[in-house]
Amino acid sequence: MSMRARMADLGSALAPVAAGMGVMAAAAAVLVPVLSSGPAVPHDPPLPSPPRAASAAPAAAGCTEANAAESLRPSSADGDAVKRIKKAGRLVVGVDQNSYRWGYRDPDNPRNLIGFDIDLAKAIAKDILGPDPDIVYRAIPTNQRIDAVKQRKVDMVVRTMTINCERKEDVAFSTAYFKAGQQVLAPKRSSIDAFDDSLRGKKICTAKGSTGEQELDGESHGATVMTVPNQLDCLVRLQLGEADAVVTDSALAAGQAAQDPAVELKGEPFSTDLYGVAMNKEDEDLVRRVNKVLEDYRAGGADSPWTTAYDKWLKADLPGVSGPPAPQYSD
Amino acid sequence: MSYPPTGSAAPPAPAAAPGPDAAAPEPSAPPPPSGERAVWTEALRRLRAAMLTEPGRLRFIGAVLAALVVLFGAMTAWQVADRSAAADDVLGSSQPLSRDAADIYRSLADADTTAAGGFLAGDRESAASRRRYKEDISTAARLLVRASANSRGSQTARDRIERLNDGLPRYTGLVETARMYNRQGLPVGGAYLQYANNQMRTQLLPAARQLYDAETARLDADYEDARAWPWVALAAGVLATGALGWAQRRNYRRTNRVFNQGLLIATTASVGVLLWMAGGHAIARAGLDDSIEHGAKSLRVLNEARIATLQARGDENLTLVARGGKVTADQRDFYEVEYAAGMKTLAGDGEGAEDRAGGKLAEALALADDAEGREPVQEALANVREWRARHTEARAENDQGDYEGALAKVIGKDRPTKESFDKVDAALKQALKHEQTEFHDAARGGRHALDGLAVGAAVLVVLAAAGAVLGIGRRLSEYR
Repeated sequence: MSMRARMADLGSALAPVAAGMGVMAAAAAVLVPVLSSGPAVPHDPPLPSPPRAASAAPAAAGCTEANAAESLRPSSADGDAVKRIKKAGRLVVGVDQNSYRWGYRDPDNPRNLIGFDIDLAKAIAKDILGPDPDIVYRAIPTNQRIDAVKQRKVDMVVRTMTINCERKEDVAFSTAYFKAGQQVLAPKRSSIDAFDDSLRGKKICTAKGSTGEQELDGESHGATVMTVPNQLDCLVRLQLGEADAVVTDSALAAGQAAQDPAVELKGEPFSTDLYGVAMNKEDEDLVRRVNKVLEDYRAGGADSPWTTAYDKWLKADLPGVSGPPAPQYSD
Repeated sequence: MSYPPTGSAAPPAPAAAPGPDAAAPEPSAPPPPSGERAVWTEALRRLRAAMLTEPGRLRFIGAVLAALVVLFGAMTAWQVADRSAAADDVLGSSQPLSRDAADIYRSLADADTTAAGGFLAGDRESAASRRRYKEDISTAARLLVRASANSRGSQTARDRIERLNDGLPRYTGLVETARMYNRQGLPVGGAYLQYANNQMRTQLLPAARQLYDAETARLDADYEDARAWPWVALAAGVLATGALGWAQRRNYRRTNRVFNQGLLIATTASVGVLLWMAGGHAIARAGLDDSIEHGAKSLRVLNEARIATLQARGDENLTLVARGGKVTADQRDFYEVEYAAGMKTLAGDGEGAEDRAGGKLAEALALADDAEGREPVQEALANVREWRARHTEARAENDQGDYEGALAKVIGKDRPTKESFDKVDAALKQALKHEQTEFHDAARGGRHALDGLAVGAAVLVVLAAAGAVLGIGRRLSEYR
């Protein structure tokens, strides 16, 4: 899509809105430099477009695997989206409630959601709404994550969501807050020791349509592959002896290991998945705000909130992570 | 061929030498060891000689009449006993077995639904729900033992029973593991429950369904056996009566006497048996037909409706257990899609008047023949509509991400879909009970129409044979 065509789209989408030419000019001023990866925009003027102009904000152009994790520079200025959240007095967050250690129901108090993702959502809410913020957690199924953001059922999704170009066509991501990768999970006493030839002749379980399945399609190391609807189903197969090993995201594999002390992660991750907070593409000010929160979240080394959360939720089953991934910015 | 009745029943004719009798050749000692052929030739020669005289002819006619009547009696006893036995099987064996198979099928589906409901409630699961699950499993296990003891050599039935016996403990093991993990608050519990459900859905329920089909096929076969007209006996009856009539006509022509008492008795008794058999069988057939039309067919449709209800409910529960973790090829929630399919089987697309709504319930409504049968089905239909409306609300909350709200609308206290489901299930249970009674009454009525027929026919036929022999004997005595 050419720049001119984009401008035309933007114009046609905005025209019916009685916002006047001033709005269009402001929108163009914000959008054009961003899209052309020009000089950094002062973070002040947030996108003043009305909430319905969805088709007017393409951002995935020129997205490659290498720059997919790039996001907007952080800013703590209040734009429309942040103001809207402040006005509502609550933050609506799409989360998972089935991902052990990331977002799940507290066994001691099933009404509470807890986990690494939940802690991050709390930090974001606290920054926008102040202490003791009102957070509404919405349990979003995996296949609904993008729709929920696009249709504004939630303000953001914090749900072990991998940043990639395909998704960036529909939603905007924050900077990466966790680096995971495909990894092998097997019983502690198993002869399997990594994603290598020790898998020969074994049965490997992975979720249907997952990155793990794609990786195994490319290289299976002589193992037979069994697919199941969900990564957690693999733990069941492993426990029942129907599979010898599981290939999944290291973060999710850690959640599995946390539920069964007899299994562990084997070897190193053999791919890279970066998790980001997904938001509506129009809520540029919110993206910048979340990136600002993430800057603070990462800061402080061993005392950072990030490390505290990692130690609390993940370290036991996903050891060896030295720190958060470095943020990458596109502007 | 039996000579003795003729001999013993004809005391007035002892003078007649046994020699000329038609049936005599076999027992008479064959003095020339040269072979049977000579004996037969000799007997035939003597018969031919005897037929030249009237007493000889009369003896022959008497023997044939007696033989035909006895044959008629034997055929009647045989075919009627056969049909009575088949009708007994319908009532006492194949229908109960088919009902047992339906109960196995239903218990399994119910266990799965109850397990999912209990799982959702977690540590708030009620004692009643746990008991229901336990009872479902033990009912299924008990009926499987009974079915296995009674499955008269049907390979399919035995095979399916074996498969169910294999799968059941495996299934309960998975459910218990799911429960244990769920109590610890570990998400893998939900994965276990879904795996258990998958076993139920893909292994146990299809096997139970096939067992039900096999037992129902046997019920159909027994019905056919019981309903088949006793053609051989009827033909023998017509032949015997015709022969008796001919003998009387011959008698009238030769003697100008209108009545021969013996023959008259024989004819009356034979016609009596013939009418009794034809009438009794017609009534029995009507009763059996009635039990099919108003019982067996309704039972089948209602059983299917009940299973569809249970499965739809199980799927509804599982949408909340899986939380979107299992999707179809086109990325729709697997359990939601299955729920919708189950509801469609149950009540079509739910639009329009009751009888045009489609699905098993509309079918059951069309088959119900009285108000008592229709009412529970109508109630089920009304509650299915309510259920659907409530489900849409619950679904909307779930799509909004309000899991607690959706959960409350499915298993909570205030107008949950559970309430609608329970009402549908109860209404169908009542409808099944009614149709089972209808079936039983009609089939038993039909069965009773054959009561005493075999014995009565035997008595009457002995009477008829005696009459025939006496009647002929009386004519014979006139030649002495």
